[in-house]
Amino acid sequence: MLDKLLDFIPEIPIADWTKEFTKDITDTFAFLFEPIKEHFGNFMEFVSDNLMLVPPLIIMLVVALIAFFITGKKLGLAVFSFVGLWLVYNQGLWEHLMDTFTLVLLASLLSVIIGVPVGILMSKSRIAEAIIKPILDFMQTMPAFVYLIPAVAFFGIGMVPGVFASLIFATPPTVRFTNLGIRQVSKELVEASEAFGSTGMQKLFKVELPMAKSTIMAGINQTVMLALSMVVIASMIGAPGLGREVLSALQRAEVGTGFVAGIGIVILAIIIDRFTQSANEKKDE
Amino acid sequence: MPIIEAKNLSKVFGKNPKQALKLLDQGLSKNEILKQTGNTVGVNRASFSVEAGEIFVIMGLSGSGKSTLVRLLNRLIEPTEGSILIDGEDLSNMDKKDLRNVRRKKMSMVFQRFALFPHRSILENAEFGLEIQNVPKEERQEKATEALQMVGLGGYLEQKPDQLSGGMQQRVGLARALANDPEVLLMDEAFSALDPLIRKEMQDELIDLQATMKKTIIFITHDLDEALRLGDRIALMKDGSIVQIGTPEEILVNPANDYVEKFVEDVDRSKILTASHIMKRPETINIERHGPRVALERMREEGISSILVVDSKRNLKGYVTADDASSAKKEDTRDLHAILRTDIKRVEKDTSMNEIFNIINGSPIPVAVVEDEKLAGIIVRGAVIAALAGDSEVNLDNA
Repeated sequence: MLDKLLDFIPEIPIADWTKEFTKDITDTFAFLFEPIKEHFGNFMEFVSDNLMLVPPLIIMLVVALIAFFITGKKLGLAVFSFVGLWLVYNQGLWEHLMDTFTLVLLASLLSVIIGVPVGILMSKSRIAEAIIKPILDFMQTMPAFVYLIPAVAFFGIGMVPGVFASLIFATPPTVRFTNLGIRQVSKELVEASEAFGSTGMQKLFKVELPMAKSTIMAGINQTVMLALSMVVIASMIGAPGLGREVLSALQRAEVGTGFVAGIGIVILAIIIDRFTQSANEKKDE
Repeated sequence: MPIIEAKNLSKVFGKNPKQALKLLDQGLSKNEILKQTGNTVGVNRASFSVEAGEIFVIMGLSGSGKSTLVRLLNRLIEPTEGSILIDGEDLSNMDKKDLRNVRRKKMSMVFQRFALFPHRSILENAEFGLEIQNVPKEERQEKATEALQMVGLGGYLEQKPDQLSGGMQQRVGLARALANDPEVLLMDEAFSALDPLIRKEMQDELIDLQATMKKTIIFITHDLDEALRLGDRIALMKDGSIVQIGTPEEILVNPANDYVEKFVEDVDRSKILTASHIMKRPETINIERHGPRVALERMREEGISSILVVDSKRNLKGYVTADDASSAKKEDTRDLHAILRTDIKRVEKDTSMNEIFNIINGSPIPVAVVEDEKLAGIIVRGAVIAALAGDSEVNLDNA
């Protein structure tokens, strides 16, 4: 009896709608997706190929050197970076590491390029904030696997859909922190810049963004970490790199290989995290 | 023509400001309007005009609307009603571009908590106003350096704001405002965050700066002492309305209502009142024309035991006592010089009550008030004590 009440409305075909919607988008924007897939895919291959051309030792040394200087001439991170990268090389995962790095780098860059302006828009307009905030919540809470499906529909398989899925998953922190950072700039400073006759752009670039910088950097740091965490998931749709090693180890129940590839991701994560963080701290002083 | 004129300037915060304004017309109070409509009256029909070169102080307790009022003047807060004229131009109707120009060229603001940009050096902070006008780098650095030197910070150009003390930070704030060479300085509780000693110092320096630069200054404060020290005129605010506008003396002596009076009661009168407020017209004799007999006669008439002696140009020479005069009369001396005493204490017209009190306390005879050696008045002990006790029978006509 009560069940009948609940069944009063037949099942809403949300799944079908979504399917139709995705199909429509795929068809309508095919002229856009195709060239993106092709050119961007080529570009990514170009980047990772070039990284592969550089002798690993040079990369290890350069990373260690940068680590040495950005941590204020301390040895810790430099030594860790060098040893960590060497270990990845030693395990025969160097090529995968470069692929993963390319994926993370490009996904993060795109996230920042898209996320910061959207965050600025959000901080300036209450309406924009009201609209964007729930979208961000949706993007972050929807299981990341779900993004893989339209990603494949739009871009096929490979690195490009991997970047696309990472982008959706990893952009929200940059948007949120940019919004937060700008809203947190003290009211008196904003008033001061207005009282001296700043235009909106001058206020943004001379006062708000510099003041919000460390908050925005914290957001970018999170974005990079999230992009990295998408690496394994994106490998399910054919993105190359360490993630693919983990996935194939999982499929074959090879605990050893899985662990080694996992360690590679951890090492990359720690290096990237410390790099983005200390870049931030240094400028705070 | 006044440089700034506010006419019926009002600001209501809330969803239905027009309705609140109507209720204000019907004579409802700020609190009643808040209860009925949920709107907060920030400023209620403020009208005043400020002359060029004047220090105009807007004073009130926190919540009286003074900070809102000053922000209405450069439209950091948009007025709900009323107009602001600057040099005769109506600021309240200006488009964004003209408004920016006024803010860039005519009005600068100094903030309570300095509002310096922490990521910029002192010099870059002082340059800010010029930078956003796209003044070439060399020129703006030169002007900013000049402004910093004016406030005594020529040696700190490369430091960051947080390396300086509060007082020095506010000097940077002041330099940043002066670098634009504006006509009007809006100072919002500019010295309130400083400790009392530094605050005094800054007040003095502001007065000096104003004397040389002839800026018009609108100064917001909650501190009556500060208002009295700085203000050529003071506007007192309560609940968003201006209750009284007047010179410091007018406000002290003729408080417009109980509110002003309450405010004024707390003031240490000894700091405000000077010799000129409590002196009386002196009885004198002329040393070139009069002798001991006249002196005695005048003293008897006035019932006093000593009398001041001046020359024909009213230069103070000294005094004679009744005793000396009567013995001189017996000896038939004609000349006052023989009995003239010169150990009289002199003070200037602007000597503060505190000092006079110390001087007069050890002196049996009245203190003479002089101006360029000429006798201006006389102060008796009773007048000092009465004034310190808050007796409003203080003679302001002498001021």
